[in-house]
Amino acid sequence: MIELRSVTHAYGDRPVLHDLSLRLAERRIAILGGNGSGKSTLARLLNGLIVPAAGTVTVDGLDTRSEGRAVRQRVGFVFQNPDTQIVYPTVEEDLAFGLKARKLPKDEIARRVAGALERYGLDRYRHQPAHQMSGGEKQLLAIAGVLVLEPAYVIFDEPTTLLDLRNRRKVIELLRGLPQTVIVVTHDLDMVKDFDRALVLENGRVVADGPPAETVPAYIERLG
Amino acid sequence: MLGLYLHRESVIHSLPAGAKLGGLLLVTVLVLALPGGWGALAAGSIGAAVLVTARLPAKRVLAELRAPVLMLTLLFGFQALLAGGGWEETAVAVARFAALILLATLVTLTTRVMDMVDLFERLFGLLRPVGVNPAKMALMLALTIRFIPLLGEQVREVRMAQRARGVERNIAALFVPLLVKILTMADDLTAALEARGYDPADAGTTDSKTKNSTQR
Repeated sequence: MIELRSVTHAYGDRPVLHDLSLRLAERRIAILGGNGSGKSTLARLLNGLIVPAAGTVTVDGLDTRSEGRAVRQRVGFVFQNPDTQIVYPTVEEDLAFGLKARKLPKDEIARRVAGALERYGLDRYRHQPAHQMSGGEKQLLAIAGVLVLEPAYVIFDEPTTLLDLRNRRKVIELLRGLPQTVIVVTHDLDMVKDFDRALVLENGRVVADGPPAETVPAYIERLG
Repeated sequence: MLGLYLHRESVIHSLPAGAKLGGLLLVTVLVLALPGGWGALAAGSIGAAVLVTARLPAKRVLAELRAPVLMLTLLFGFQALLAGGGWEETAVAVARFAALILLATLVTLTTRVMDMVDLFERLFGLLRPVGVNPAKMALMLALTIRFIPLLGEQVREVRMAQRARGVERNIAALFVPLLVKILTMADDLTAALEARGYDPADAGTTDSKTKNSTQR
C-alpha cells in the first residue's frame, strides 16, 4: 500500500500540493485534474522521484525519503513522452537496460527480455532502432521497459496523451491486463471508467475521491 | 561512421566486440605502416570480404563513406596545393582513410551498442584508480549514440516550426527553443533513468540487495 501523510510540496515559492493525506490500496486508481493541479507532482512523489517538502510518503512501509532506491524498485514509472525514457538505440538493448542497472545475472536478463518481447508484441522490432518506431510502438517499448522490471506498482503519467486512437486502445488494453497495482495520471476520462477509484486534484488539494462513477461527473462539473 | 547496428545472422555479427575492435586496431597499424597504396588495398580487400560475409547491403554501407571521403579529398587536396605535395600522395592518403572508415563502419554495423558499451565499460575500468567511473562513462556513450538521431529530429521540428512562422534562417530562433527542448529532455531523461533503477551513486558497484525481484 502507498500512504501519504500530511504531504506538502512546492517548487520554489510556488506551492503545488497542500497537506495531502491518502491511502492508496485499490488495484486501479486514477488521478484526474487540470493542468497545474499537482497531479504529475503527486505521481512523482509516489515512487520517490521527488521527495515531499513536508510530510511522508511510504510504499509498503518504505519511506521514499530514506529508502528511495528500494521504493523505485517496487514502483515503476511510465512517462508521457517515450522518447526521453528509451535509453539504448535498439528495442532489445533498451529492454535490458533496467535489468542490467539492477545487476541481474545475464541469463535472467535474457529470459526476461525474451518474455517481454513476446508478451508486448515487440519481437519483430527486436533489433530495430527505437528512433525509427512510431509513437505508439515507442510508448509500448517504454511501458515494456518498465514492466520487464516486474514492479509491484506501476504509475503512468498521461500514457495515452500522445497516441492515436488505435494505439490508445492498445495501451488501455495492456493496462487492463496488468496484475500490478496501477495508478494513472490522465485526462482520458473514458479510460478510467472501470477503475476502482478516481481522485480529482485542484490547486494541489483533493476535491473529489471515490468511484469514477461519482468523481468523474464531479470533475466535469468543476471544469464548467 | 555512426551507422547503427544492422542485424544479420553472420559470423562477423557473432564475433565479440573486443575481437572486432582489436582487429580494427591491428589493420589500422598495418595500413599506416605499409608503404604506398598497399595498405589501403589490403584494408579495402578486408572490408569487401567483411561486407560480403556479414551480408550487409553494400549500397547503404558505401553511402556512409560518401561524406567523409569528400571531406578527406578536400582536406588532402588543399594540403597538396598549399604544401606542395603530389597528387599521388593525396590519393594514397584519401584511400588509406577511406578504407579505415569503411572498416570502422562495418564494426559499428555488426556490433550491438550494448556489447560495445560493455567492452568500453571494461576498458574504462582500467582508469578507475584515477577516479573514472566506468559505468557512468559507458552510459554516457550509449546515451550519445541513442540521442544523436533524436536531436536531429528536434532540430528538424524546431526549423519546421520556424519556417511555418516565416523565419527561414535565424540561428537565435533555432538555438533558443532547441536549447530549451534539450534541457527539458535532459531533465526527463534523468528522471526516467532513476525510475528504471539506474542509480548514479551505485553505478559500477555490485549490490546483492538489488538482485531480488520485486513482483508482489
